[in-house]
Amino acid sequence: MGEVIVVTSGKGGVGKTTTTANISTGLASMGKKVVMIDTDIGLRNLDVVMGLENRIVYDLVDVTRGDCRLRQALIKDKRFENLCLLPAAQTKDKTAVQPEQMRELCEKLKKEFEYVIIDCPAGIEMGFKNATAGAERALVVTTPEISAVRDADRIIGLLEAAELPNPLLIVNRIRPTMVKKGDMMDIDDMIDILAIDLLGVVPEDESIVVSTNKGEPAVLDMKSMAGQAYRNISRRITGEDVPLISMESEDGFLSKIKKFFGIQR
Amino acid sequence: MDFLERLFGRRKPTSKIIAKERLRLVLVHDRASISPQVLDSLKEDMLDVISNYMEIDRRGTEVTLNSDKESVALIANIPVIGVVGRNKRGVRI
Ligand SMILES: Nc1ncnc2c1ncn2[C@@H]1O[C@H](COP(=O)(O)OP(=O)(O)O)[C@@H](O)[C@H]1O
Ligand SMILES: [Mg+2]
Repeated sequence: MGEVIVVTSGKGGVGKTTTTANISTGLASMGKKVVMIDTDIGLRNLDVVMGLENRIVYDLVDVTRGDCRLRQALIKDKRFENLCLLPAAQTKDKTAVQPEQMRELCEKLKKEFEYVIIDCPAGIEMGFKNATAGAERALVVTTPEISAVRDADRIIGLLEAAELPNPLLIVNRIRPTMVKKGDMMDIDDMIDILAIDLLGVVPEDESIVVSTNKGEPAVLDMKSMAGQAYRNISRRITGEDVPLISMESEDGFLSKIKKFFGIQR
Repeated sequence: MDFLERLFGRRKPTSKIIAKERLRLVLVHDRASISPQVLDSLKEDMLDVISNYMEIDRRGTEVTLNSDKESVALIANIPVIGVVGRNKRGVRI
């Protein structure tokens, strides 16, 4: 049985979709069977970040409504045949999907894939409830800004209430030079305040913009710093003990990385 | 550095320190926020316990969450009429 992991944040634009695309591709490049679900109904984006926008025929709402079979809606990735995307609906009613349907869907996908990675929309409403309904683990993405960390705190509280305890933190868009100058919160500050374990740190990196332009996740670019960070995160998800690379720890970061997802299958 | 800092007064805090402090305060408030229904049932439960020891004016009771810049406190104002098990002059009966 596979593992269902939801990528959340509360605030929009902090890197959930980028993270979903990169860790899913990272896991697939390690030979894992992975499916991504875009639950951001009406604001579909994971398809373009993955470069798969031209292949979409059916979407999540078609599946939950029973208008097509699950297999028909799964889009195969260009690069890895063990990687699939279930795209969000773009024009359909947001309330078309119910948490119970998501739970059933995840149960089905778990039987076939080793990892089901869910891209959660911003906010704490229905979309959040749907995205988390079938999940077993949660990742919380934040950037080193007050508003993003504040929203992350709220999301962590909601995850606990939804019986998804012990989410793991990904800090995105860190700028080591600003941290050094004392103009950006560092990793320890954020872990201290949020009181959760760290999964990884991704630097602010132009290669993310370039890779998004091309529809090729940065995790496959061996020269990309952010790509390296996502490769490490992917390995930690499989249970490997990967220490923080120097870029991640440049700001005197000492906290221990949680040995991830202990249960290996 | 230490000497210079003392000489020229304290250095201005970095924006990171300002951010951290503001975040800490905003979270103190966010985390302490509680719905009126929950506050109400807290009040009822509290009064039930206190009634075992004191005769109190339930209607005149006020329970609020007070927050100032630094912290959040639960404030209860409970008028006491008498002590259970004693007469008006405080003698055990
Ligand atoms: N580490 C990074 N470095 C540079 N740009 C980034 C980084 N992470 C995300 N971005 C950019 O930030 C924007 C928002 O990211 P996205 O993943 O769509 O956020 P969300 O899904 O949380 O709304 C995108 O334009 C993305 O390219
Ligand atoms: Mg998104």
